[in-house]
Amino acid sequence: MANEKIEGVLQPVAKGHGGIHVSHNKNTSKCEIVRMPAPAKVVLPMQQHIGAPNEPTVAVGDEVKIGQVIGRTDAFVSTPVHATVSGKVVAVGPVKVANGSMVQAVTIESDGKMEVLEDLKAPEINSKDDFLKAVRESGLVGLGGAGFPTHVKLAFKEDSGVDTLIINAAECEPYITVDHRECIDNSWDVLSGVYTIKEILGFKHVYIAIEDNKSDAFTELMKVAADNADWDDSVKLVMLPSQYPQGAEKVLIQSVTGRQVPPGKLPSDVGCVVMNVQSISFLGRYLKTGKPLVSRSLTVDGSAIAEPKNIRVPIGTMISDIIDFCGGFKADPYKVIGGGPMMGQALYDINVPLLKNNNAVLAFAADTVRVKETRACIRCGRCVQACPMSLMPTKIETRAHLKDAEGCAAAGAMSCMECGSCAYACPSGRPLVQYMRLAKAVIREESAK
Amino acid sequence: MELNNKLTVSASPHVKSAETTTGIMLDVIIALIPAGIASIFVFGARALAVIAVAVICCVLAEFLSRKAMKREQTIGDLSAVVTGLLLAYNLPSNMPLWEVALGSVIAIVVVKQMFGGIGQNFVNPALLARIVLMSAFPARMSAGAFVGLNNTGWDVDGVTGATPMGLITLADGIKDGAPNLMQMFIGTTSGCLGEVSALALILGGIYLIIRKVINPIIPCAYIGTVAIITLIAFGDVNAMLYEILGGGLMIGAIFMATDYTTSPITNKGKFIYAICAGLLTCLIRLFGSLPEGVSFSIIIMNILTPLIENATKPTIFGTVKEKKNKEADA
Repeated sequence: MANEKIEGVLQPVAKGHGGIHVSHNKNTSKCEIVRMPAPAKVVLPMQQHIGAPNEPTVAVGDEVKIGQVIGRTDAFVSTPVHATVSGKVVAVGPVKVANGSMVQAVTIESDGKMEVLEDLKAPEINSKDDFLKAVRESGLVGLGGAGFPTHVKLAFKEDSGVDTLIINAAECEPYITVDHRECIDNSWDVLSGVYTIKEILGFKHVYIAIEDNKSDAFTELMKVAADNADWDDSVKLVMLPSQYPQGAEKVLIQSVTGRQVPPGKLPSDVGCVVMNVQSISFLGRYLKTGKPLVSRSLTVDGSAIAEPKNIRVPIGTMISDIIDFCGGFKADPYKVIGGGPMMGQALYDINVPLLKNNNAVLAFAADTVRVKETRACIRCGRCVQACPMSLMPTKIETRAHLKDAEGCAAAGAMSCMECGSCAYACPSGRPLVQYMRLAKAVIREESAK
Repeated sequence: MELNNKLTVSASPHVKSAETTTGIMLDVIIALIPAGIASIFVFGARALAVIAVAVICCVLAEFLSRKAMKREQTIGDLSAVVTGLLLAYNLPSNMPLWEVALGSVIAIVVVKQMFGGIGQNFVNPALLARIVLMSAFPARMSAGAFVGLNNTGWDVDGVTGATPMGLITLADGIKDGAPNLMQMFIGTTSGCLGEVSALALILGGIYLIIRKVINPIIPCAYIGTVAIITLIAFGDVNAMLYEILGGGLMIGAIFMATDYTTSPITNKGKFIYAICAGLLTCLIRLFGSLPEGVSFSIIIMNILTPLIENATKPTIFGTVKEKKNKEADA
């Protein structure tokens, strides 16, 4: 299936350095996204994005409906939080979240009715400003994992030279198949979102980039596009090689446009905006219905999950409820991961809420997790070969141990995106991503002095 | 379900490749087996004794030195076995066994462990041990002291013959009595244990390249450089092939120069390193008073490795244009 060329689909214009071939394990790629019934309660942290936290706008005892704003702030780099089930607010206060920190949150007990706020209507959009305001109100953050508020990303200046929109459906993380399913199950939403945004923001080039192990996503999108006369052929599909980390923003931009984002710069500095396919699909729906971000799709898989599935759940659902919906554990879980196995976060507890940017829950039994003993670096160079940013992770590690901020910076530690390719490849089992984070901390500490 | 404190929390990534240090060392050991078998065929049981003593002494030296330094045990990574094999392969079969043991201790204790163990030695342990032994016991390892073909017994003071590398000079070309190219390729000639059979070494090298343990850049650039220079120097294809197949070039280029710790990490660095090693080998072989120059060339290049590596750092993603812009500005 892979590598078969499809007529009308573009090939990448550049091939980057490094990357690794990791088993895809896309076990759920044929599993249509199913909707999970209303959970008993949802916990909605006031900060599910990069930026300023929201203030709760509801109090204990309030009745809320789906889509009602329950937290907001005036800060620009922020986006409101909406009720994701109908019911009663039972708690407002700090809760622990997946990364171990305590954040302010609103807990809603569901009344099981899933009633949507009556006065939701499609936003009226007459200008770019209207559009950005509407996007901010929708509560949208990057659904691929970064959690950056989308309206901030889209608020580039007219004269900034941004001309290219890339829809990221590469989905290079193993196991996760929701972006793939989104292209198939909600192909109309994806394309409608793409064409609307292209129109409003005036992008010259629009690409939907998908790895070549998802050929049915290409055919589905092409079929839907061909069926609709309003859509011209200005949106191009790009077939990328299935190699990790193809979906990393900088790697993706290079593959699709040949442009390289310099260290410390943003995609907009090379004229590009990258959006996850689920984000664009959500916008497609939101601009028609006005229903804000209250649910999302995710993949639940792994050797310890009884019934792996792709599911759509209200945001704020407890991870434990999600696992129960997928048949619970069929083996004792050794590791539960929020996100993909390469960049996801190992959870210390499953009684934490699902956040907006969480695209997978994976649980693995002990006998299916390869644990490598950490040994000394033998300078084999596999990390250097694997690094998509052309760094020398082993050198950065040495500098980090010496707390040499200058050395860490000169070796390019800040360019590291923590994709994990180096640590994956290391035969000595060295936790290189952790050392990259240490190097960044050393640099930050030094510059704070 | 109460799972508190049962879940494992660790930094990403949560999947790892199947490759391990031990697995890599095991691949090198497998790749060295054909050359070992060839040496036993050519030199008899005495070769086996040298190999056994070197391997056992290296592992023992590693075990004891780690113990003495109160550090975690590392013999499980099998690197000491590799060092033992390589040392044995770089010695003649008539080497007294206590000298073999001494070489093992020098390789492991002095060159490897005193500098911090695996990954920290600045030169190849087996090669430096060989050079120490060569200097300490010159008679054993001089050009004419190698056991000849007809002496496969235990009598180490028996008939000795010249290594093939003593039978070619720039002035005279290949001398009378030198083995023919087929003998050199198969390995039915005299020399150090592991270096005699080019065929066995190439088989091992192909295995390592297929298993992606070594990058073909170093052996190809090293042997290629020697081939080009000797072809120009002798003006004779036979002499060139004789130089490539003879002496320690094959084992050096495939197994010694490719040592991870002492060769540059980057591909560009590997290329420069290998070409320089080839140049040095030719200089010593053609113009020096030693018949063989592979060991010294590799050791010298080992020492230059940090410099080469520094000069060949990969360009960090996204910085190419900046540099070009700066040049344009200037």
